[in-house]
Amino acid sequence: MLEMVFEMFTYPFMLRALGVGVLVSLCAALLGVSLVLKRYSMIGDGLSHVGFGALAIAAVANLSPLKVAIPIVVIAAFFLLRLSENSRLKGDSAIAVISTSALALGVLVISVGGGVNTDLNSYMFGSIYAMSGEDVTLSLILSAVVLFLFLLFYTRIFAVTFDESFARASGVRVGLYNMLIAALTAVTIVLGMRMMGAMLISALIIFPALTSMRVFKTFRGVVISSAAVAVICFVVGITLSYLLDAPGGASVVLTNLAAMLLFSLIGMVRKS
Amino acid sequence: MAQIRCTDLTLAYDGVTVADGIDFTVNAGDYLCIVGENGSGKSTLVRALLGLKAPTSGSITFGDGLTAKEIGYLPQQTEIQRDFPASVREVVLSGCIGRFGHSLFYTKLQKDLAAYHMERMGIADLAKKCYRELSGGQQQRVRLARALCATGKLLLLDEPTAGLDPIVSRELYSLIEHLHKTEKITVVMVSHDLEAVMHDASHILHLKKKQLFFGTREEYLDSEIGKTFLGGAGNA
Repeated sequence: MLEMVFEMFTYPFMLRALGVGVLVSLCAALLGVSLVLKRYSMIGDGLSHVGFGALAIAAVANLSPLKVAIPIVVIAAFFLLRLSENSRLKGDSAIAVISTSALALGVLVISVGGGVNTDLNSYMFGSIYAMSGEDVTLSLILSAVVLFLFLLFYTRIFAVTFDESFARASGVRVGLYNMLIAALTAVTIVLGMRMMGAMLISALIIFPALTSMRVFKTFRGVVISSAAVAVICFVVGITLSYLLDAPGGASVVLTNLAAMLLFSLIGMVRKS
Repeated sequence: MAQIRCTDLTLAYDGVTVADGIDFTVNAGDYLCIVGENGSGKSTLVRALLGLKAPTSGSITFGDGLTAKEIGYLPQQTEIQRDFPASVREVVLSGCIGRFGHSLFYTKLQKDLAAYHMERMGIADLAKKCYRELSGGQQQRVRLARALCATGKLLLLDEPTAGLDPIVSRELYSLIEHLHKTEKITVVMVSHDLEAVMHDASHILHLKKKQLFFGTREEYLDSEIGKTFLGGAGNA
């Protein structure tokens, strides 16, 4: 089995998938801590559906997928953020309206524009063959930006996440930080979704933070643990998918679920 | 010179007036209590004082060395915070966020400040504990310590005892009164809890879409509006 694992690293497509996946998981996990704690996880889900629609249009129109999807999803991110901020309850249903519409549009565009080189299944559920050299470069740049900004603004991100009113009253430009997080989330989702699949990518945002919260009780602990859990789960998940010849995205999500159950168990044992 | 002076203030949301005719001053060392029913414009006034909401007309001026950013604000507890993984120290330290200027991380001075206020609020031994696992009263002390990190001059408290039982509420009031008396911190408090407030407050501002009353506590107790409001609350 070990041989097979070594063999895995000799395939360039696997290396690309691993590289992009690890970096995207890391970014998603860091952004996810803030999104989950602020009850904005729905935004991640909504954005992935909008991303699906955008990718479908790009494919049928024969345009570069990233160049179409990134701007559309970033704009959608600002829009969804606005909706969530205005009213929690109405925001929820509004996000559902937008995401299902975008999904429907994507499905329609793909089926009408058929004959083009598109594969609905791989969009929905991801394909590790989808990563190009361009994706690797972009993921490197993105993760560098996310890591840099996250560390740089760490104290302010905490303040904005924990108590918006207090941060605002202290003169922190809360709207700016919310928009920054939303925009970075949008780019992360677009980069990761062709590998993980539009239906599954939001797991990378939500799982690591929720998992870490079972055990860790400080913000810093949750942040560090989320980053570690995300990277480990991705590598383990992809390796398993290679060994078992299973779909990559689904394997990663289920590995994350296993980690969450494990952490819940640890949390429960600790409490008692 | 007054720390806060509101002159003929009108507050509105989307063109609908929430409260108008608001005219009062807060001097250093005052303990002002803002009372009124729900929807009387109290929260909007708080937001205006913090500079988060621009008044439609009239003006708010700060003086006596105070600026809007130096107000130590204690907002109401949010749903998010009940389940938030953060240590007491992380929460208290975040009170220094307004003192950053352009620096990005907490300095030694700010860490000392946070430690000092934790000590004063009697929560130093909880520094590493998780905020969400504390009792309601302890959580309020943490948030009070955070507010103190942001100010040495004026505390603005929004319903600080909401959700606390009477004994814990009384403890919190005496803690606030202690800060007011011994440290000469000006207190502006929004509260429903009239009985407790009447002991400590030096001034009362009563709102009901407009300003019904502003003056000292003694004047309020003698006034028609004060008697009606307190009488009504006493029977309730």
